[in-house]
Amino acid sequence: MKTIALSWRYLWSRPLGAALNVLLLSLGLASITFLLLVSFQLDKAFEKDLAGIDVVVGAKGSPMQLILCGVFHIDVPPGNIPLKALKALEKNPLIASVIPLSLGDNLRGFRIVGSSHDYLTHYAATLAHGRNWDAPMQVVVGSIVAKKLGLQVGNSFVGSHGLGAGGHLHGDNPYQVVGILQPSGTVLDRLIVTDTASVWKVHEDYSAVDAEDRKIMEDEREVTMALIHYKTPLAAMSFPRMVNTSTEMQAASPAVEISRLLNMLGIGTDVLRAFAGVLLLTAGLSVFIALWSAVRERRSDLALLRMLGAPPGKIAALLMGEALWLGVMSAALGVAGGQALTALIGWMLQLDNSLLIGGLVWPVELLWVPALACGVSLAAAILPAAGAYRVSVLELLQSR
Amino acid sequence: MIQTSQLSYSYPASSALHFPDVDVAQGSVVLLSGPSGCGKSTWLALVAGLVKPGAGSLTVADQSLATLTGMAADAWRARNIGFLPQKLHLSAALTVAQNLAMAQWAAGQNEDPQRIAATLVSLGVAELARRKPAQLSGGQAQRVALARAVLLSPKVLLADEPTASLDDEAAAFAITLLVKTAQAQGATLVIATHDARVAPLIPLAANGQPGYTALKLSRQKASL
Repeated sequence: MKTIALSWRYLWSRPLGAALNVLLLSLGLASITFLLLVSFQLDKAFEKDLAGIDVVVGAKGSPMQLILCGVFHIDVPPGNIPLKALKALEKNPLIASVIPLSLGDNLRGFRIVGSSHDYLTHYAATLAHGRNWDAPMQVVVGSIVAKKLGLQVGNSFVGSHGLGAGGHLHGDNPYQVVGILQPSGTVLDRLIVTDTASVWKVHEDYSAVDAEDRKIMEDEREVTMALIHYKTPLAAMSFPRMVNTSTEMQAASPAVEISRLLNMLGIGTDVLRAFAGVLLLTAGLSVFIALWSAVRERRSDLALLRMLGAPPGKIAALLMGEALWLGVMSAALGVAGGQALTALIGWMLQLDNSLLIGGLVWPVELLWVPALACGVSLAAAILPAAGAYRVSVLELLQSR
Repeated sequence: MIQTSQLSYSYPASSALHFPDVDVAQGSVVLLSGPSGCGKSTWLALVAGLVKPGAGSLTVADQSLATLTGMAADAWRARNIGFLPQKLHLSAALTVAQNLAMAQWAAGQNEDPQRIAATLVSLGVAELARRKPAQLSGGQAQRVALARAVLLSPKVLLADEPTASLDDEAAAFAITLLVKTAQAQGATLVIATHDARVAPLIPLAANGQPGYTALKLSRQKASL
């Protein structure tokens, strides 16, 4: 019989106590797993979606709203900006590239984004099926959109007005699916992308009352915002200030806004982390009390083991083995619970076509969970194990 | 097998206990008796190598115990000493067979199911191997505890108050079983008791003399 097997049997000789300790430890570990997974996936999503975007230019309003809408597509835009103003910015010597984005319609909650081919190139998107658009009213569809809506190359659909489902249908301007994108892990997965001209056409056809009206609208065309990449990092010193002070537009830096957002989220994360810490501490105390009681209850049994020749270290190892089992089981349950919770939250967010998080993600940081579980349970076992180490056989002989 | 000379032991801040000299051969029976507090437990602890003698010499199974300490004492005890406690201390978490396997674990030996089975057979409790201690009668539990004590073929078998709380019939059965088992193993049997029923239960020697060596301890032996 191995020490670890004997520990297992001793542990489950008190099934209710052992199960409660495992449950208590698991709750704390599940919270930590959840925090690790969400934080890992958000960081990854932010990193991918923000790559290469130095500044977002859009209508004046909340800069964070502009970033959340323009980069992550999880908020509404603050307004539109004139196309002419954007064209003027394109000529600025500090600017390397400008990707226009035009929003306004959706298909069952998935946003239809008017842009240029540069938008797909920026995220290194590749096509799983079909081809890229070469004319207005043709779309390529993100992998999640295609999967959830069952869209295939050759399908047609009409968009509805607004960014959420339920707006009126632009029935006279159907889109045609010409391509399906490979999954990329970026925001493109949940977008329908078309030429900017498609968005103009749909809305001009809908709004223009006559040819003259259409001519005016064509002259005053707008886009929602633009993603801009600088030629030089030094542009960050002057370009946003120039836009914010001398135009009707605003320039928002994704790095600044995301840092602000993470700081705000950080308060909530800290509260959750502290809560998980309290749970773990409570669980550690509970393990300590359970093992301490076990040593007191089994003092004579342990003394008998000494009488049978077991060295004190082996007796202490028996207690540490019980703690290790608690840690290992709690880690397994905690990770499973954390993954399930993350998957649930991810599922709820996906229903809203929002940020992409989910379960069954295994970042290397997750190794902290079993390490923490075993650390807490073994630390809780140190004093009881020391008690077991010092068990005196004379007590056994003298206890009649 | 057990030789003592001028043996004494001192508890911290307490009086020294002095023990009579003994010299018993392998396979013999020692009846250790005396009132409570006379030092029976201490003598057992000395013979088991759990504590070092304060003075005098003590040799058990050809090993002087005056210098044996720590892990070496544990390993020696595992090889040479079997112990039947008054309270049997069968682990409730384990089956009968696992309780015996635990003794092998304590001694640092690999689990040997055949040996466990053979020992249970020899004590007539083979059919109880898969039961938990709570499912055993008092007599069955004592046999299982005895099986655990002799599993590793000890040279000395220490039995601490084996007849306490047993009626006459059960006491007679327990002593007979103990003596027979020790004889079968060739082990020296030490019975520590203050039960006057025990001595007459030990079979006489071939010459008609008592079949045991009496080691009577008394409080008078203690001195400051």
